[in-house]
Amino acid sequence: MRYSFLKRQSLLLLILLTVVSVNVRAEADAAGEDDFPPPRQTDYKIQTPTYLSDYFTKSEKGCIATESDGFIRRWMLLEPISKPNRSNTVFTDSYINSVLDSVYFKGQFTDIPQNGSKVKAGSARLTWHALDSRLFNVKLYRFAAALKKPVYGVIFMAVTVIDCPDEIKNVRMSVGSNSASKWWLNGEETVILSGDRRMVADDCVSKRITLRKGRNIIWGAVINGPGMSDFCVRFLDENGNPVTNFTTCFE
Amino acid sequence: MIMKIRNIIYGTTVSFALVSSTNAYSQTGEPYIHDPSTIMECDGKYYTFGTGGGGLISEDGWSWQPGAVRPGGGAAPDAIKIGDRYLIAYSATGGGLGGGHAGKVLTMWNKTLDPSSPDFKFTEPIEVAHSLDDEDCDAIDAGLLLDPTTGRLWLSYGTYFGFIRLVELDPATGARVEGNEPIDIAIDCEATDLMYRDGWYYLLGTHGTCCDGPNSTYNIVVGRSRNVTGPYIDNIGRDMLQGGGKMLLSAGNRKTGPGHFGRYIEDDGVEKMSFHYEADFDRGGRSVLAVLPLLWENGWPVAGEPVKEGVYEIESQRHGYALELAVDFVRMPHKMFRFWEKAEAPVEPLKSQTLEDVIDTWPEGEINVRLGDYMFRPHQRWSVQPAPEYGGYLDAPYYKILIEGTNRALTATAEAEVTAAPEFTGAPEQLWRIEQLTDGTYRIMPKSVPGHESEQLVLVSVADSTPSLGRFDMNSDNSKWRFRDR
Repeated sequence: MRYSFLKRQSLLLLILLTVVSVNVRAEADAAGEDDFPPPRQTDYKIQTPTYLSDYFTKSEKGCIATESDGFIRRWMLLEPISKPNRSNTVFTDSYINSVLDSVYFKGQFTDIPQNGSKVKAGSARLTWHALDSRLFNVKLYRFAAALKKPVYGVIFMAVTVIDCPDEIKNVRMSVGSNSASKWWLNGEETVILSGDRRMVADDCVSKRITLRKGRNIIWGAVINGPGMSDFCVRFLDENGNPVTNFTTCFE
Repeated sequence: MIMKIRNIIYGTTVSFALVSSTNAYSQTGEPYIHDPSTIMECDGKYYTFGTGGGGLISEDGWSWQPGAVRPGGGAAPDAIKIGDRYLIAYSATGGGLGGGHAGKVLTMWNKTLDPSSPDFKFTEPIEVAHSLDDEDCDAIDAGLLLDPTTGRLWLSYGTYFGFIRLVELDPATGARVEGNEPIDIAIDCEATDLMYRDGWYYLLGTHGTCCDGPNSTYNIVVGRSRNVTGPYIDNIGRDMLQGGGKMLLSAGNRKTGPGHFGRYIEDDGVEKMSFHYEADFDRGGRSVLAVLPLLWENGWPVAGEPVKEGVYEIESQRHGYALELAVDFVRMPHKMFRFWEKAEAPVEPLKSQTLEDVIDTWPEGEINVRLGDYMFRPHQRWSVQPAPEYGGYLDAPYYKILIEGTNRALTATAEAEVTAAPEFTGAPEQLWRIEQLTDGTYRIMPKSVPGHESEQLVLVSVADSTPSLGRFDMNSDNSKWRFRDR
């Protein structure tokens, strides 16, 4: 774990040197996709506009307990980063590793964002939103649509912090996502879901991992071309049962 | 003897030629379609409709041609027969993966599906469900179920974009039941269909990538519920509202992307599943209609397989005896060992008995057949070969069943018995319809029996050691067979 974190720090130095080029690449991608369909929910009338309150509540201060199904509902979500893709079929393992390991903004993978804090990804200033999902899954498409942000050709970043009263060994992080995604626990890569994915509960799980006593930080990055986008995350014990003895909070 | 050798050579040659045919199990003709509706039988012909209007017609279920007529265009229809009429549901949608998601599902009736019939006339389509732009549902991909326990008519629809929904229709009018509200029954699938069996409702859906030819990962999944309204749960207890679904069929046999399930019940214990493959590699990657046996194991549907070309023991499910020529059993010479003494000599494998070893002991003319202990001897080894040049039925071409290495053919007789004729002639009584039953065993039926053309007779075991022809009974092991490669 520590090795990995150090590795991440070293990696960051290298990444910081290349972050400008990464951002330039992101802009170039956008510029090179002139024929990509315009983002939904921004410039034409929608019959059924999305309201954030239909899918989320704003996170209150303090921690929330985990429900019996174990799905983590409290997340800090970043407004979508532009990453145009006409199809979800390009999400190969190497593509996902390349694109979702890339650093798009300062503090990515290292800083715990605050509700309303902003980051600069390329030329875009994006805001973090602290939200509790009303559903077991986190509807990223609806998150973006409600904020009148692009819903297609994007990367969503998600962060949350879970607090365990005791160390919990031999659990697995369980993820379903639409479309592809990658996940980290305490700086350690845990799960990758490549390919043109639909969100299925318990689609992929990590190897056996340990949840520390106290704070554990989860980062996730979900990429979407066209179509719906969402994810669900929980931890499963050795028997495949949901782990519920932790709380979720950003403090 | 010369004739016998010629038979051996001929049989071997035919066998080799057919092995090289890679697409013997695909519907023939022009079976090109996408999103096929459940196959309907109407006045002795089979029909299926697809996206974009139109559809396919088949005289025998094996060879398909364009010609079915469905007005309205749109996408992904389904069909069901209610009383003496056919109800077609289809969707008119303006969307796509990256487009709008406003859609409508419409229904219309016809007395016949035969476009040449004077009765062929569709009623005006009526809207039964819709989705608004950017709603959590795409109102396309209709699936119809007439609940056999209640007579109520249900429609499922939807795509990956949000929920799969269920509404109730009036089976008399095809219209939406007044006041009925949609029920969410699944997420993250499309091309749904519903079926009922033994107290369970089954929701079929498709996962994976559509419409990407050889790269399409489309696959058919299923969940089940005690109530038509759900919850539909998969084999590990996961709700389809959480993305669950037990795999029913994925790619294989040089075809990718099975999707758009439809169930066809042919007979008691004989069921088929129709669907499309996104890409048939042997047809340049085009989307084609496909039909497979539909099996049931532990309350779950399973995709069966037509018998593959090969050499088999044909085993009666009645007692386990094997179908064989009624010829002298030719003993194999062997060294006797004393069981209680340690073997000192090196082990030398025995050679299997060959056709050449025994064929001179066989009569040259017709040979009776019987059932006996399987000893993997030449008179028990049947070469089962697809014979697509003689047509077929819903999920396979007719087969010829020959003694391995010969042209000696299993043949139905005018006395409703079976024999082994010295030559395969292609006559209907030598062509066999081999269908996998819902329990995984097979029924073996001659295409036609001389003098019994109006009857459907199948190969049966009338005694442990005696085969004959008789009526099919799904509840009797006398009617069931296994093809064993051993």
